[in-house]
Amino acid sequence: MAFETVRGLGLEAYYRRRVLDPAVRPMRPDAEPPRIDLASYTSTAPDGTSSLTLAVDGLHCAACVWLIESVLARETGVVAARVNMSTRRLRLAWRTGEADPQSLVRRVTDLGYRLTPFDAAAVDDAATRREQGLLRAMAVAGFAAANVMLLSVSVWAGHVQDMGPATRDLMHWISAVIALPAIAYAGQPFFRPALAALSAGRVNMDVPISLAVILAAGMSVLQTATSQPDAYFDSAVTLLFFLLVGRYLDARARGRARNVAANLLALQARAVSVVGADGRVQVVAPAAVRPGMTVLVAPGQRVPVDGRVSAGESDLDTAPITGEAVPDAVRPGASVFAGTVNLSGALRVSVEAAGEDTVLAEIARLMETAEQGRARHVALADRVARLYAPVVHGLALITFAAWLLVLDAAWQQALLYAIAVLIITCPCALALAIPAVQVVAAGRLLRNGILAKSETALERLATVDTVVFDKTGTLTEGDLELVRDGGCSPEDLALAAGLAAASRHPLARALVRAHGDARPADGVEEVAGCGLVCGGVRLGSATWCGAGPSEAADGPELWLARPHRAAVRFLFRDTPRRDAERVIDDLGRCGMRVELLSGDRPVAVGALAGRLGIAHWRGGCTPAEKAARLDELAAAGRRVLMVGDGINDTPALAHAQVSMSPATAAEIAQNAADLVFQGDRLAPVAEALGVARRANRLVLQNLALALTYNVVMIPLAMAGFVTPLFAAAAMSTSSLLVVANALRLGWPRLAAGAAIR
Amino acid sequence: MSALLYLIPIAVLLGLAGLVAFLWALRSGQFDDLDGAASRILFDDEPPDRRSE
Repeated sequence: MAFETVRGLGLEAYYRRRVLDPAVRPMRPDAEPPRIDLASYTSTAPDGTSSLTLAVDGLHCAACVWLIESVLARETGVVAARVNMSTRRLRLAWRTGEADPQSLVRRVTDLGYRLTPFDAAAVDDAATRREQGLLRAMAVAGFAAANVMLLSVSVWAGHVQDMGPATRDLMHWISAVIALPAIAYAGQPFFRPALAALSAGRVNMDVPISLAVILAAGMSVLQTATSQPDAYFDSAVTLLFFLLVGRYLDARARGRARNVAANLLALQARAVSVVGADGRVQVVAPAAVRPGMTVLVAPGQRVPVDGRVSAGESDLDTAPITGEAVPDAVRPGASVFAGTVNLSGALRVSVEAAGEDTVLAEIARLMETAEQGRARHVALADRVARLYAPVVHGLALITFAAWLLVLDAAWQQALLYAIAVLIITCPCALALAIPAVQVVAAGRLLRNGILAKSETALERLATVDTVVFDKTGTLTEGDLELVRDGGCSPEDLALAAGLAAASRHPLARALVRAHGDARPADGVEEVAGCGLVCGGVRLGSATWCGAGPSEAADGPELWLARPHRAAVRFLFRDTPRRDAERVIDDLGRCGMRVELLSGDRPVAVGALAGRLGIAHWRGGCTPAEKAARLDELAAAGRRVLMVGDGINDTPALAHAQVSMSPATAAEIAQNAADLVFQGDRLAPVAEALGVARRANRLVLQNLALALTYNVVMIPLAMAGFVTPLFAAAAMSTSSLLVVANALRLGWPRLAAGAAIR
Repeated sequence: MSALLYLIPIAVLLGLAGLVAFLWALRSGQFDDLDGAASRILFDDEPPDRRSE
């Protein structure tokens, strides 16, 4: 149907534009998209237009954006339709009364995308504004840093080339005019929390930062006013700029996480069909559903609640919750969970939990808590800075006091020495030592298709000694494959594929894929929970096809039964990624403990573990059990890397010390993971571990370099042997040294497949 | 050295112009959808005959 819609609109260009990604699930329009009450989400502007923001589910590439926008632009009355690919949201505006939002939404849902309305007020929230404020502050600080640095360079050159004091003072005054307003504006993200902390009687990291910036600026004004040869506006502004870059990147990463979480919550907010006491069906908002009600779930619909089947038989795609590749057959009495997709028959579900009490909501909550916990991980740089700042300020103060009181120097002289100490110890080398390595490492990973989302990811990855994998979609490619063991003839396969073409059951789809060009048979009927029937031919479960008991298979199976002939068995398996065995072998050899945790049936999990040589495995895990197992490992002192891709892995991903997920993973899983890798190989896991360990070594080397430099220079500066100009030169040299050392990581020493050292 | 008297203001003004341009771009939402904007440039314009339908 989606194809006809697309062709009917003359939008075949979509198929040319579409980036074909075999890993992407095909678009699957809901058989009966629920009607949602859009009115409460619509806002009307005084110029006669109404607008609506919707979260789009199923957006894969730019062609999707083009298709949705083109389809909507053809509707009368539509003023604007714009899809934001980063936030996966569609903003729709139309002239009030000229278009019906319900039918506009319907045009898009017909294409197979899921749309859910969004509260427009919640979209523009405080965090987004804070992020924008940081970016503005960063821009201002960057502008000031560049211009002040230009002036400073000319002053430094002037020291050698006899710049007159009048010109030098002019340069300093111009620097002051640029730097002071910039500091006043761009420093606010640090000043405000610092003030708040101080007034609450606490000290946080913003306090020493604010102190350093304000002190350096204040000193510089004093120096300039008394016509001294040195001012440090450049140090103050540059420091502020670098710190803001870090803050902004951190805020943006968290902003993305928030977006995805909000979209996921919107996914649940779909209308629910409730069967009333009088037997009439009524569509209500999800919030109005109470335990004890009976809910109708049509084929193709997502189950909206947790509950028990009271009537009907069907297959449920439980992959979003359990990660199991094979759909569950359900019949009256079976438990169903919100978020799973009903594949074949209509169901009546008696509600046991709705909304915030469902397993799906619980998963989202688990992830949120763990994310908060993870934010408490203090980056090495911060830990060093926490010790460093008080020591530095203390030393500068001691220098000043000692020269003034003990050695009876003039107060200007004492101040100059104290400033030299501050400049020498300016945490530039220290502030660069770690970020420089991280930037080079992130660039290196990016070239290998690995995206490090969190700044501290590499730090946490470097110390990992245990790797926990999920099965379906992580160790395996996630698509079922027919085992060609010679048990079925080409004719059997052609016949079976013909039947299977009528179904969207994953096993049937695998059969169609295996055959290549299946011609759909006519008059195929789907019997929920059993299989397909066409005339006397049946394709389905063993018992339904009347096949006798056979040796237990370690994978899912389908049987083909025809009158007067023995039933034929088709065996399927979830194929492991091509290099899974080698990567796991590599990990084992460098002392990693490898575990497999899956929500799939223990038989299937055990078979795969045996095949890949994984000694520790566990099947049938719920999301909470996975997370609990990770906590257990952490309690045993192990540092765990979790690799997973399903919604069910999300809490575990968030609970691990560090986590990775493939780019094909569910969005919320990618969101919870610290690193995302592309491609159909598993090698990026080993590559990331290798880069992280090398990066960690370089960071430690750089810290040692910076420390050595300080240990040598600080006593000299305190003794008054160092002029501020020489101090600035020495500081720059140390900075260059650590950056050069960091660049070594980019060298192509880590060839592909090199052991993780 | 008198060249400095107008060279420095020019340099600062150019820098300010860049800053203002960036802040304007930020305010007008040009950084809202970096992923989409990268591919949007590849879309063809609508053929004019079809638009009149």
